Amino acid sequence: MTTTTAPAGGPAVDTSPSGAAAGGPRRRTGRLRRIGLPYLLLLPALVLELLVHLVPMVIGIVMSFKELTQFYIRDWGTAPWSGLDNYKVSVDFDAPVGEALLHSFLVTVGFTLLSVGLCWLIGTAAAVFMQDTFRGRGLLRALFLVPYALPVYAAVITWVFMFQHDNGLVNHVLHDQLGLTDKPSFWLIGDNSFLALLTVSVWKGWPFAFLIVMAGLQNIPKELYEAAALDGAGMWQQIRRITLPSLRPVNQVLVLVLFLWTFNDFNTPYVLFGKSAPAAADLISVHIYQASFVTWNFGTGSAMSVLLLLFLLLVTGGYLALTSRGRRTAA
Amino acid sequence: MRSIRAAATGAVILSLALAASACGGGSSTGGGSNDSPKTLTYWASNQGASIEVDKKVLKPELDKFEKQTGIKVKLEVVPWSDLLNRILTATTSGQGPDVLNIGNTWSASLQATGALLPWDAKNFDRIGGRDRFVDSALASTGVAGQDPAAVPLYSMAYALYYNKKMFADAGITRPPATWDELVADGKKLSKDGKWGLGAEGSNVSENIHHVFVFAKQHGADFFTADGKPDFTAPGVVAAVQQYVGLMAKDKIIAPGNAEYAQNQSVSDFAKGKNAMLLWQSASANLKSQGMSEDDYGIAPVPVQSGTPGAGRNVNSMVAGINLAVFKNTDNLDGATEFVKFMTSDAEQKVLNTAYSTVPPVRTAQSDAAFSAPDTSVLKDTLAKSAAALPQVTDESQFETAVGTAVKELFADAAAGRPVTAESVKAKLAKAQQQMPKK
Amino acid sequence: MTTPTPRSPMAPPRAFLWSRRIFLTLLTGFVLLPVYVMVSSSLKPLADVTGRFRWLPSELTVRPYIDIWSTVPLAKYFVNSLIVAGAATVCSVVIAVFSAYAVSRYDFRGKRVFTVTVLSTQMFPGILFLLPLFLIYVNIGNATGIALFGSRGGLILTYLTFSLPFSIWMLIGYFDSVPRDLDEAALVDGCGPLRALFRVVVPAAIPGIVAVAVYAFMTAWGEVLFASVMTNDTTRTLAVGLQGYSTLNDVYWNQIMAASLVVSVPVVAGFLLLQRYLVAGLTAGAVK
Repeated sequence: MTTTTAPAGGPAVDTSPSGAAAGGPRRRTGRLRRIGLPYLLLLPALVLELLVHLVPMVIGIVMSFKELTQFYIRDWGTAPWSGLDNYKVSVDFDAPVGEALLHSFLVTVGFTLLSVGLCWLIGTAAAVFMQDTFRGRGLLRALFLVPYALPVYAAVITWVFMFQHDNGLVNHVLHDQLGLTDKPSFWLIGDNSFLALLTVSVWKGWPFAFLIVMAGLQNIPKELYEAAALDGAGMWQQIRRITLPSLRPVNQVLVLVLFLWTFNDFNTPYVLFGKSAPAAADLISVHIYQASFVTWNFGTGSAMSVLLLLFLLLVTGGYLALTSRGRRTAA
Repeated sequence: MRSIRAAATGAVILSLALAASACGGGSSTGGGSNDSPKTLTYWASNQGASIEVDKKVLKPELDKFEKQTGIKVKLEVVPWSDLLNRILTATTSGQGPDVLNIGNTWSASLQATGALLPWDAKNFDRIGGRDRFVDSALASTGVAGQDPAAVPLYSMAYALYYNKKMFADAGITRPPATWDELVADGKKLSKDGKWGLGAEGSNVSENIHHVFVFAKQHGADFFTADGKPDFTAPGVVAAVQQYVGLMAKDKIIAPGNAEYAQNQSVSDFAKGKNAMLLWQSASANLKSQGMSEDDYGIAPVPVQSGTPGAGRNVNSMVAGINLAVFKNTDNLDGATEFVKFMTSDAEQKVLNTAYSTVPPVRTAQSDAAFSAPDTSVLKDTLAKSAAALPQVTDESQFETAVGTAVKELFADAAAGRPVTAESVKAKLAKAQQQMPKK
Repeated sequence: MTTPTPRSPMAPPRAFLWSRRIFLTLLTGFVLLPVYVMVSSSLKPLADVTGRFRWLPSELTVRPYIDIWSTVPLAKYFVNSLIVAGAATVCSVVIAVFSAYAVSRYDFRGKRVFTVTVLSTQMFPGILFLLPLFLIYVNIGNATGIALFGSRGGLILTYLTFSLPFSIWMLIGYFDSVPRDLDEAALVDGCGPLRALFRVVVPAAIPGIVAVAVYAFMTAWGEVLFASVMTNDTTRTLAVGLQGYSTLNDVYWNQIMAASLVVSVPVVAGFLLLQRYLVAGLTAGAVK
């Protein structure tokens, strides 16, 4: 997969870099250290991931097979096993619980695709446009990072303030000043809430794409551009033939993590809509939160989370298989 | 090769995890002790204008308690947005406070977890007996027939707040006593960008409180006598339709109220945008928003006909805060002592005055401090015409499912879509299907 | 010079310049609109922000900036957030540098399993492990006396692992792009692997490390869900603490905006300082 492929199409260097240094009587200890070192370096990350992510996840999976309602949460070791009941309830799409989950899932997929696409597009465009120096570039770059630097709550609550029906800026502009709508629209309830959510998500998310792409642009060798310029390639062609292909490794990770984060994002919809989101913007994270924390059914909530996890695993696996194949043929 | 190694690693991780989860499950189940008799942790709910205000109100009282008993109380005021989650995690892990405030509608749900100390006769005796408390308040402390999971601390009831000047300007001489009158008055008042009534259409709990009362007035209940959900009963449908109809049909609530969830309707009322408001203990709130007590009147919530009373003439839920003791406290005696202190006549007067609530303690209630006109309306309502929200273990599911249904209906009404008996019934049927099967 | 790789010595065509102007202007408007709302609302009296929206305050007031400190213990939350996010960032970056170096420069058994596992943790919905993690912390606390739950330590630990997977992945990429000749040369010169890492690879990957650090900081800075459950009065962070302005009585919009601005200024200032490094183009320089 990606990490094992060497950068820039070169062959993977499999020999240890310290190979040349070892020799003589220190050879044995040197080799031991060489074998041990990578593991030692990985140890802290491994321990922490186990503690905070993997073990809790396994416990979560165990929970999903239990009937974990308020009657049992106090001592959930004694909660009765419910077999696949929690899963059956979640995927029975003819019944309200499953139907609501499916709806929420579809909303989330649509929302995630749109949000990631827009974030990536705006972020890349801004980074590419700002590759050359021009007056005010430093200032703009600083401004563009502001949405990312604001605490999520502060940023989203400002949007809530702007999206209010009676007193918000958005309706003030669209309705009162421009007269585009015949009556003030609702943004925080009803169907428009999807648009509101998308706007906030893109506003908060694109600077991250911008940041990463900008960092990625640093590593493109100048010589490539110079050679292209000599070949007579214009600005647009340079962007298309050099900049974008060179960003590929960065994009591969960027798009994937943007997808995963947006899919699992809880903070934005929660601050925007509270504990019960409008149907049009019922993202799955809040939906599951509601299923587990608001209605106190941690078993079903966990089962839904596990299903979600399986889906994301599938998507990620597919994505990686697809992109690394694409990369191999390109190399 | 690779996959075998991956599988092996996975197996190791899994076994590690299972080992961890095996010890993880068994949280302490002890029935409380007196291992640390000198300290208590107390989670208070946010009752005042802000958390800091709450601290200012409670600190001196806690100091008094320390002087009397030598027990130091560590206070944490938990915001409402976090309180239930904190209680849930505390319940799951056994790591919680010794004493805590709970919303009284949560009583039955939390009672079912078994994490709270049951108030049997013996425990009640230690704080002066069950009879000290008003019956309506006691009705919201857990499932009927079981020992209460908490004792009442502050009581509140809904009342109709009305803007005197706007009423006078519209030629209305007295506050409406029935819904028909309210609608008629509301229509007179809804003009020139001003509206008859305010509502919190996106606030799930507020929605529940109101439709519950309307259902009572239609002679219906959301739950059958044996605790099964019955959301599509004709009376319930009519109740929900009547409430949402105030916006959809009667058009005396501004459509914008459909998205209100953070008490915006109160500030609208304070600013004279709405002439009427159905609220619990709004006085302190209105005062903090600069509305003088002379500017508004306070009357009982309307009924369908006649005067407020029991049965079909119920006009408020019993709102309030209960005080509970965590069962596995390590200072059981101190915790009980603290509950006794907080429910004593003297403290009840101080605290309920500070929060403009009504004391659920009989002797404190009769104090002159609570005979001001606004408090007496609330007191009367609590005594005569308030009913407790269903004390069922699935209360939080009920609140979420039905409250959200009403929220969606308000959204429909605001968008100009009709709210019919059919659309109401369909939403309620969906809500009912979301309730856990027994 | 600290400019990034310029595309070409040729002057850009007019069409490019115009599309750049239009695009950047629109984008600036989009980005700044909420910022303007924050600034102007923070200078308005409460009546202005609870009434119909107005572009300019009816009267300018600094009252919200005074009130924010008494409505909510903002200073305390701010310090908590700084400690938690700062510590989480430092730990996360250091640990990620080690891991990424191992993956980028060594071939060893289990490498693939490690990278895939680490990546897969990004898929876990927070909801799934909130409660289990809480239980684990409580049990560690009971068994060892190390208070993880409710303490800043627990939150630091949680947040640093949130940012760790992505940080490792990004750094692997950055390290891969640092030519191996550089650290191999250092090794030949007699440096140990760790010295080669810190003397050669890390300096060459500074823009990547800064980007990762910024990411780790922001992840910890804004998280709401875990903070709302895992903190108490004394350890509460800004992300949840700011909610205190929306009280039982009223939403103090002007104070929310003022508080948001006050807590954002140091962070934004930090960003401005760091972005020099982001664009320093050190890698490009090192290759030559």
